[in-house]
Amino acid sequence: MIKIKNLHANIDGKEILKGIDLEVKAGEVHAIMGPNGSGKSTLANVLAGNENFEVTEGEVIYEGKELLEMDPDVRAREGVFLAFQYPIEIPGITNATFLKTALNEIRKHKGEEEITAKGFLDLMKQKASILGMDPAMISRAVNVGFSGGEKKKNEIFQMLMLNPKLALLDETDSGLDIDALKVVSEGVNAFRNDKNAVLLVTHYQRLLNYIVPDYVHVLYKGRIIKSGGKDLALELEEKGYDWIKDEQLETESA
Amino acid sequence: MNNKTRPNEWYVSNFEKFESKLNGQSESFVHTIRKDAINRLNEMEFPTTRDEEWKYTNVAPLLKNDFLPTYSFENPKINSEDLRKYIFENFECDILVFVNGLFNDELSKVGKLPSGAVVDSLNNVIKNNPDLIKDKFNTLTKVQNAFNALNNAYGVDGAVIFIPDGIILERPIQLVYLGGNGTDKVLSLPRNLIIAGKNAQAKILANYAGYGDVPYFTNTVTEIFADESAIIDYYKTQHENTNSYHIDRTDINQKGKSVFSHTAFSFGGLLVRSDINSELEGEFMECNYYGLNLARENQHVDTHTFVDHAKPNCQSNELYKTILDDKARGVFSGKIMVRQDAQKTNAYQSNKAVLLSKTATIDSKPQLEIYADDVKCSHGATVGSLDEEAYMYIRSRGIPDDLAKSMLIRAFANDVVDNVKIEEVKEQLNHLIFEHLQRVEITDISKY
Repeated sequence: MIKIKNLHANIDGKEILKGIDLEVKAGEVHAIMGPNGSGKSTLANVLAGNENFEVTEGEVIYEGKELLEMDPDVRAREGVFLAFQYPIEIPGITNATFLKTALNEIRKHKGEEEITAKGFLDLMKQKASILGMDPAMISRAVNVGFSGGEKKKNEIFQMLMLNPKLALLDETDSGLDIDALKVVSEGVNAFRNDKNAVLLVTHYQRLLNYIVPDYVHVLYKGRIIKSGGKDLALELEEKGYDWIKDEQLETESA
Repeated sequence: MNNKTRPNEWYVSNFEKFESKLNGQSESFVHTIRKDAINRLNEMEFPTTRDEEWKYTNVAPLLKNDFLPTYSFENPKINSEDLRKYIFENFECDILVFVNGLFNDELSKVGKLPSGAVVDSLNNVIKNNPDLIKDKFNTLTKVQNAFNALNNAYGVDGAVIFIPDGIILERPIQLVYLGGNGTDKVLSLPRNLIIAGKNAQAKILANYAGYGDVPYFTNTVTEIFADESAIIDYYKTQHENTNSYHIDRTDINQKGKSVFSHTAFSFGGLLVRSDINSELEGEFMECNYYGLNLARENQHVDTHTFVDHAKPNCQSNELYKTILDDKARGVFSGKIMVRQDAQKTNAYQSNKAVLLSKTATIDSKPQLEIYADDVKCSHGATVGSLDEEAYMYIRSRGIPDDLAKSMLIRAFANDVVDNVKIEEVKEQLNHLIFEHLQRVEITDISKY
């Protein structure tokens, strides 16, 4: 689905990503782990098209197309979705208006007809029930007055509504209590199928108890320094990141 | 400086002719005020950019025109179907309609009011019950500049709202002011008076709109009295033609424990200037000013506010937002005076502007003058472009650039729009925002 080759990216002239290579296939869940400042969130943001980051080298092929050449809204219409680490409040725009506008843009892009009012309402109710959300929230302004946990849940709700091909989850677990974490995980698991893929960025292994990844990658200083199966996450939980950093140093000095 | 005669000349020299057409109206107490005003107008000069209060707003282009006063031109024939284009609909309200400052009885519609309440034209009140207003009329707006004098001299009619003590008007009142006749450069000079007694409550929507596309000049004066514990929500919308002029002076006097809110929306007009002044003459009262000024192309929109805290324990709160596109220019000047007696004053003022183009400009001048020592006062001004993080967030959901910007405009305007307590009007205001900025409209679909 997506193939990242030698991706380099800067913010304010400082290089954060220093050559990322990664391939994610349909049906897979990949977890990107790593210490603070390693570039995890940058990777998710660069893939979503955040213009604060400048790509200096490398290429990303998504569904056979050059992802980096698309504007962020085009990427989204092509099926890329980023669940934000810090979702934004938009006063005056209700969740209903926001999501129906987004959904119709995506449908238009695919050559489909606009969703009917009833179709939208039914879809909304169905997706809200997966997350145990009150459907009345649809008439509230996007994220305004939502708690941290509600905002994260709302990101997953948006993902379920827009049904992307590639979901990038940027520290969706941070700031969630265990109950909220379970609900969010159920949402992601309900989303998963053999035609879509999930790339989740997390600092802690905790989330991976509920969303079991196929692959785990450790990002450190802008590079992937170790990849493995789901057991790698457990090993990181137990031993921390230092042993990999040491391993990396040995490789570098060897 | 100018080889043309003083702009005053035209108005001064036409006054006799105007006076002769007034008929019975020249008998009333208002006529003394008129005569006094024309003398003042003769003595005064119109403001120039050398006057501190008019530093950023040049009225010279306005003064080049000799606008025709009332009774020297034909008013357009407007039926109730035409009127729908200009008014806010879908809610129950009493309506008074003024076309170029003249009351239009046929288009106005006032239902049964509580005993003693009056919603009528100034002329009718002067004719039928002058004592109702005599001790208040023209006591707040003392002629401060030539525009006020012009209104006093030539103003013929306007709205009077009188709410006796303890009366709550259930229905909002919509005051519709149409300017222009589509052929001549005309003057529209509404003169309004709102008197709310003790514990009285009302919602008033003053709606200024333009007829036809020939330039005209609306120069309006409104006096508002809110007695003890009165609660008055006053909304003003201005969507004059974008080649026309709009000058508004509104003076408010508040007594103890009253709550007054002024929420203004400025869309149209080539040159728009609003002065809003409040005297807080009592304790424990609240004065709120909110405003949204929009301008594009070569529009110029200027709001000047003055809140005068004379007594202790009062709160004033101002929030003004401006959105400018193209070469539009915005001005905001907000003065807060806290007099020596006015301890425990809370006064806040915030002025935020978004510039949608590189050629738009705003001048912002917050001024605090504080003579009391136990007060909380703050002011702040920001200027910027639309919120970039939110822009990315919206686009990351597949929403294209133009729609994303419209959503951000709606979001920016929201905390002003939200102060309108007539739900049906809010969505119509949002519509006007997009119409006047010529942007794709974002309508709310959450109410199935």
